[in-house]
Amino acid sequence: MTFTPAADAPERPAQPLEQPRLDLAVIAEMVAPGARVLDVGCGDGALLKLLAQKKGVDGRGVELSQRGVNECVAKGLSVIQGDADTDLSDYPDDGFDYVILSQTLQATRRPRAALANMLRIGRRAIISFPNFGYWRVRAQLAFSGRMPVTGRLDYHWHDTPNIHLCTIRDFVEIVDELGAHIERGVAFDRAGAPIRFSAPWWVWNFFGEQAVFLLERGGRRR
Amino acid sequence: MSVLSEARPACSEGFAPKTVVFPPDRPLLTDGGGRIAPLAIAYETYGQLNAARSNAILLCHALTGDQYAAGVNPVTGKSGWWEAMVGPGKPFDTDRYFLICSNVVGGCMGTTGPASINPTTGKPYGVDFPVVTIRDMVRAQAMLIDHLGVETLFCVAGGSMGGMQVLQWAASYPERVFSAMPIATAAKHSAQNIAFHEVGRQAVMADPDWRSGRYQEQGVRPEKGLAVARMSAHITYLSEAALQRKFGRKLQDRSAPTFSFDADFQVENYLRYQGLAFVERFDANSYLFVTRACDYFDLAADYGGSLAMAFKDTKTRFCVVSFTSDWLYPTSDSRAIVHALNAGGASVSFVEIESDKGHDAFLLHEPMFIATTRGFLDSAADARGLAPDGTSK
Repeated sequence: MTFTPAADAPERPAQPLEQPRLDLAVIAEMVAPGARVLDVGCGDGALLKLLAQKKGVDGRGVELSQRGVNECVAKGLSVIQGDADTDLSDYPDDGFDYVILSQTLQATRRPRAALANMLRIGRRAIISFPNFGYWRVRAQLAFSGRMPVTGRLDYHWHDTPNIHLCTIRDFVEIVDELGAHIERGVAFDRAGAPIRFSAPWWVWNFFGEQAVFLLERGGRRR
Repeated sequence: MSVLSEARPACSEGFAPKTVVFPPDRPLLTDGGGRIAPLAIAYETYGQLNAARSNAILLCHALTGDQYAAGVNPVTGKSGWWEAMVGPGKPFDTDRYFLICSNVVGGCMGTTGPASINPTTGKPYGVDFPVVTIRDMVRAQAMLIDHLGVETLFCVAGGSMGGMQVLQWAASYPERVFSAMPIATAAKHSAQNIAFHEVGRQAVMADPDWRSGRYQEQGVRPEKGLAVARMSAHITYLSEAALQRKFGRKLQDRSAPTFSFDADFQVENYLRYQGLAFVERFDANSYLFVTRACDYFDLAADYGGSLAMAFKDTKTRFCVVSFTSDWLYPTSDSRAIVHALNAGGASVSFVEIESDKGHDAFLLHEPMFIATTRGFLDSAADARGLAPDGTSK
């Protein structure tokens, strides 16, 4: 066995998962027309642009990379260079109807604080993330004994920006701890087909490669 | 219109700025309780105002800048201060927009300032000139904009002290500012900012030729003091990295130190040159007044201590820009502005541009800054209904 020195950890990219963004269409569908939306980790502004066109939302973005911010500004979007970990605390309570975090939660340093801030800034929060409970991920770890590298999680353990991966079960638990209510949830299998909302959690957690949740501040549970 | 005169008076230096003079019945009443009348405002324009008068941009100059944002500055013979950004095909496109830039009140390039004649005494104002504020500068600019027949500015943009004016415009006249670009600036002067300015002012006043501010009447100029002020200020405009890269410990035209107080080091020679070049073009008392205006700037203080209140319900589109190596007005200052705008629900973009050129980066060719500015203005122009040729769609 040969050891290759670990590459220097890359700067956290704007969107750690550069896959076709199935989740964006689902998120756009969850947002009410004309709403005020804050997209955290908005990348090149694709979702904000989509939301502006399809739903006529009043959108704002936060993006870490200078390149992403520049692309957004050039598209006429209002985007601030900032970090989900440090800059959400500066937003006032109830400034937005929806706060969106797409494929970024697992790359934050303090996911729980980020979620709490999102539910403070907006009455509703929409989060999409890759499910670490997906059966292929489990199978890789179980049978090869190696850290999983899959289509949606295509980094090696030493160079991944995804430092806080979770399963759908984990996510549901933290939502409960935060006193939020899951208004809607969608999990997708590898082919991008949605898993029935009525299916039990273990089915979601096993067959879902990624998930999108619409949360509402408040106490009720699904 | 009760404007006394619109003239291009021949100045001693041989240049002829565009100047509008407001008569004594239209004084500028200052925050400090002063009264400036008559008030001359020297300005330049670039490009053409469209028929709908919807493509005007006001550029606000920094501490020692002037109305010559582009083209050749007739006083220095050098390019305008924002040559990198203003011109045909540049972000502030003179083929598309009508650009206005005026010398601030208290300045020394044709607008009424301490070197102007005090009508009460018939002598130069000197230190009797009313201490002006950033808001006074903006009030004077608003008088000029009225005079030019522009109701709403498509954009107000500027860096450093110019950025303070941008913020003041957005707060004082929100309905007249469609978009705003405060660059490398702050909503208030910090203790460090005030401290550096005070060093500069003390250098001027310590020069025996300052003569308690009455040097003009006595035919002298406090050039040494003003040069020292400029030298110390110039250091604050550059980053440590830029100074190191440019000069390091390199010696000036010699192979060994001379063991004297000669300018052995290149950086010394450079600063001395900067000081000398500055006194050629700038009035020492003006330097006192414009630095003071910055020191008094604290936008939130005018709104009960809340910067967010200054921008409450604003419809203006903002693009805030800072530079990573700017330690004079660091990114944290820009973030404070962004937070306030966010709190007020404003439409705001914010970019921190990677640069090692320090505060002065906003005046230089910074490709990412240029791209950001172009993107912001293009999208704002779309929202404003401006065609690429500057006509109203």
